[in-house]
Amino acid sequence: MSLASNQNLNTLGVPIGLGLSFVGLVILALSWMGIALPSILLWVCLVALLFGMMVFGVSTYAGETEGIKNNGIWHKSLTNKGMLAWVSGVVITGFYVELYWFPELLGLSAEGANTGLIAFFDPLSFALKGSAASQWFVYGTLYTIAIVGLGVKFIVKYRHNRYQFWRTLSVMVAQLFLAYFIPEIMEGMYQEQPYFAKDLKYFWPLNYYFFEDWHINNMTSEAGGSMGMFYLVWGIVGFTTLTPIITYFVGKRWYCSWVCGCGGLAETAGDPFRHLSDKSIKSWKLERWLIHGVLLYIVVVTAVVLYGYFSGQGSFMGMDIYTYFRKPYAFLIGAAFSGVVGVGFYPLLGNRVWCRFGCPMAAYMGIVQRFKSRFRITTNGGQCISCGNCSTYCEQGIDVRSYAQKGQNIVRASCVGCGVCSAVCPRGVLKLENGPEENRVSDNPILIGHEQTKLNSDVI
Amino acid sequence: MGAKRIVIIGNGISGITTARNVRKRNAEAQIVVVSSETKYFFSRTALMYAYMGHMKKEHMKPYEDGFWAKNRIELCFAHVNSIDFEEQKLNFSNGKQTNYDKLVLALGSTPNKFGWPGQDLKGVQGLYSFNDLESMEENTVGIKKAVIVGGGLIGVEMAEMLRSRKIEVDFLVREKRFWGNVLPIEEGKLIQRHINEHHVNLLLETNLEEIISDENGRVRAVKTDTHGEIECQFVGLTAGVSPNIKFLKDSELETDRGILVNEFLETNQPNVYALGDCAQFKTAPKGRRNIEQVWYTGRMMGEVLAKTLTGSKTEYKPGNWFNSAKFFDIEYQTYGTVTANLEEGHSQFYWEHNNGKIGIKFVFDSDSRRFIGINTFGVRMRHELFDKWLTQGQSIDFIMEHLEDANFDPELYKSYGTEILKSYNSEFNKNIKIKKKSWSRIFS
Ligand SMILES: Cc1cc2nc3c(=O)[nH]c(=O)nc-3n(C[C@H](O)[C@H](O)[C@H](O)COP(=O)(O)OP(=O)(O)OC[C@H]3O[C@@H](n4cnc5c(N)ncnc54)[C@H](O)[C@@H]3O)c2cc1C
Ligand code: SF4
Ligand code: SF4
Repeated sequence: MSLASNQNLNTLGVPIGLGLSFVGLVILALSWMGIALPSILLWVCLVALLFGMMVFGVSTYAGETEGIKNNGIWHKSLTNKGMLAWVSGVVITGFYVELYWFPELLGLSAEGANTGLIAFFDPLSFALKGSAASQWFVYGTLYTIAIVGLGVKFIVKYRHNRYQFWRTLSVMVAQLFLAYFIPEIMEGMYQEQPYFAKDLKYFWPLNYYFFEDWHINNMTSEAGGSMGMFYLVWGIVGFTTLTPIITYFVGKRWYCSWVCGCGGLAETAGDPFRHLSDKSIKSWKLERWLIHGVLLYIVVVTAVVLYGYFSGQGSFMGMDIYTYFRKPYAFLIGAAFSGVVGVGFYPLLGNRVWCRFGCPMAAYMGIVQRFKSRFRITTNGGQCISCGNCSTYCEQGIDVRSYAQKGQNIVRASCVGCGVCSAVCPRGVLKLENGPEENRVSDNPILIGHEQTKLNSDVI
Repeated sequence: MGAKRIVIIGNGISGITTARNVRKRNAEAQIVVVSSETKYFFSRTALMYAYMGHMKKEHMKPYEDGFWAKNRIELCFAHVNSIDFEEQKLNFSNGKQTNYDKLVLALGSTPNKFGWPGQDLKGVQGLYSFNDLESMEENTVGIKKAVIVGGGLIGVEMAEMLRSRKIEVDFLVREKRFWGNVLPIEEGKLIQRHINEHHVNLLLETNLEEIISDENGRVRAVKTDTHGEIECQFVGLTAGVSPNIKFLKDSELETDRGILVNEFLETNQPNVYALGDCAQFKTAPKGRRNIEQVWYTGRMMGEVLAKTLTGSKTEYKPGNWFNSAKFFDIEYQTYGTVTANLEEGHSQFYWEHNNGKIGIKFVFDSDSRRFIGINTFGVRMRHELFDKWLTQGQSIDFIMEHLEDANFDPELYKSYGTEILKSYNSEFNKNIKIKKKSWSRIFS
């Protein structure tokens, strides 16, 4: 493509893309405010959003040479916690608060038909599964559009990097089919079935209600049939066997940055905010307490729930299981942490707050990754120049440089294997790879380049 | 005797590596690091990323501020005016003094200025220090056009910095091609194409004659020998660096271009050592130059000197040469020796991808076929393996056979091994087959 047409792409495409997305957002806002809109506008809205993001993504980067596109990140309001960041943070947070705790503000109605935003999505819901939309359907649809639309942007941004290409394609496909189309369409096909989670990759403990009595009952009920049994067995095999085995071979990245929905949103819509993660040692300490605390919490809650299920009791040591165990977890962790803080605060705290500080699935796989796995980020001998790009762009707040400059491999429980540290390193120092377990952790690295210099890495 | 007082002037990679490694090996020593640039150690190599908005200035610091106190390394933000070698004392610009038992000079470099008329005008500067970053931010606000003088690594970094703010750049290079004293012709061409692709106007074989001022003492244009006058509002002087030792020139310390040291980094003064950019070896280490102004050598010297300072006297013996850089989007790595012009008795093999952005140059001994060095562009290679192979004196055929082991590109990248081998085999009439990557060979 000639230079002129590339620049046209940029000067025309960006405003067109932004304009389309804006049209989509305005339509959503109108229906959110309760204005009844003709159903044709739903399709206009969805198409405008999806294509708007894609056109914006393609034209932002397609006119430039292939390479790292971080110019001006810390100079922009949206990506450096300026006014735009605060506004978007407040809007997204507001949406989550309504979604979890005040769905009637989105149009949910206890008696009779829904109105507002939720009713606006009815045509799509009827088309997919033959029933009216719920707030979760609206949420799932918008979530999927964000991952797919902004996934395209990410792919164009990193088009020189095949690891990023395949990884992003994978999260897009996983969201679109495993999390969205397949479960929704199956709901429609088996309307007589009671609800149970049908996203094949949504394992306990991320799916915290998997072992709750209603969920087990729905899967094992007669109406649940063999499909229910399949999901029950799959869910158990998934977290007991599949998860640790795959994590042993390739690290937790197979989940966190290749298929997971939370990770998928973080890597696509959240990409412009990845550098905002806190890199201090203090936040690393906080991270270890919090994330393992949540893991412990869900293990306790689930144990109590299972006790209730098998004993037939509604309470445990005199405490009502729903009120004292299930409900607080769903409120604090399931909604407030993973949704409101996890996504709503993207523009202020970075895109992986939930994955780093809260997700019990990540905590579980992190333990495997740290102690029994073939995955590591190899540091390339003595090539590190301590520039700090890797640490700045690590969404998990890992101070990658502190290892690389000592010639040490990076073996950290929290690394989600996004590969961005490796991509932004200007000296080709970092490589994510799966290799033999011996030689994985280099406690006593040798900085290559000098004949006799061995470093003790323990202190400083 | 009480704890030794080790004073280090300079908090760059050389001084800081010395300080850290002394502390690692000795819990008692008093360590003082003096610098008048910034209080805390920062990575010079990150200056460009801070300007381009990839990082904030605070990200340039590899250690948290609390690190130094925790490890009892005292930081002293002050400028040393002179040194009394007899009394073992430093004189600061604020009139204070301090004494030392051991003194380490890690003074770094300053950008070269060759006495061009107008070189001190406003809007004219080099890029070396933290201060330079701040003045560059100031000097480039709202400007349209810049000229860079001197075609090396810092020059191309400056070009990238300016382009990130959409400033037009003319890049004056004295030689026939970019970085012509280091890069062979094929590599030079590859990089030149890429520099042009980024809309930097490379003016080869062009010399700066004069920098012209406007009525406010700010640069308005430059005058060149081949392209006449070029309008500009900023001039970047990037014609290399020299050891930063002006204040020591008339002292008893023996200096030449840099501070003269022996293989133990000792100067001619008792208890005084020098290392990093400012040090010049009286006898260059085997196969190396006597001044090497790169990050890695500063770090290695620091590790060695720390041993000497803590009681196990150690010689500086750099191993195989390596280096790396990035030219806009193209990464460059080198292992061993590849000279700009092929030496007598050496042969070379060059492979370039047909996209013109990926290239590898291999140099080997024509008779023994011993592998001598490699330049890679747009491909990453494993340092450890190349270091090992160079030390073992492996043949070029062996290197070719094991290219997949050495490849360090991210997973899922296309491998060019087979393609490279095909071209090598046909050029040298060989029939070498590439081996599949083997972890056991990599770690053996
Ligand atoms: C923009 C840029 C990019 C670079 N990129 C690379 C790269 O990619 N790879 C690479 O290998 N090398 C690179 N280099 C070169 C590398 O940064 C230097 O070789 C290295 O930083 C030198 O370290 P040093 O510790 O010897 O000196 P310095 O880092 O220069 O430290 C010396 C310090 O001493 C202080 N000082 C000097 N005199 C006094 C005094 N009288 N009183 C008080 N303080 C004093 C100075 O202010 C300075 O802070 C780059 C350099 C620049 C400028
Ligand atoms: S260490 Fe690298 S791969 Fe791991 S999470 Fe951080 S940026 Fe991603
Ligand atoms: S980005 Fe690369 S060179 Fe820079 S600090 Fe990280 S590993 Fe080192």
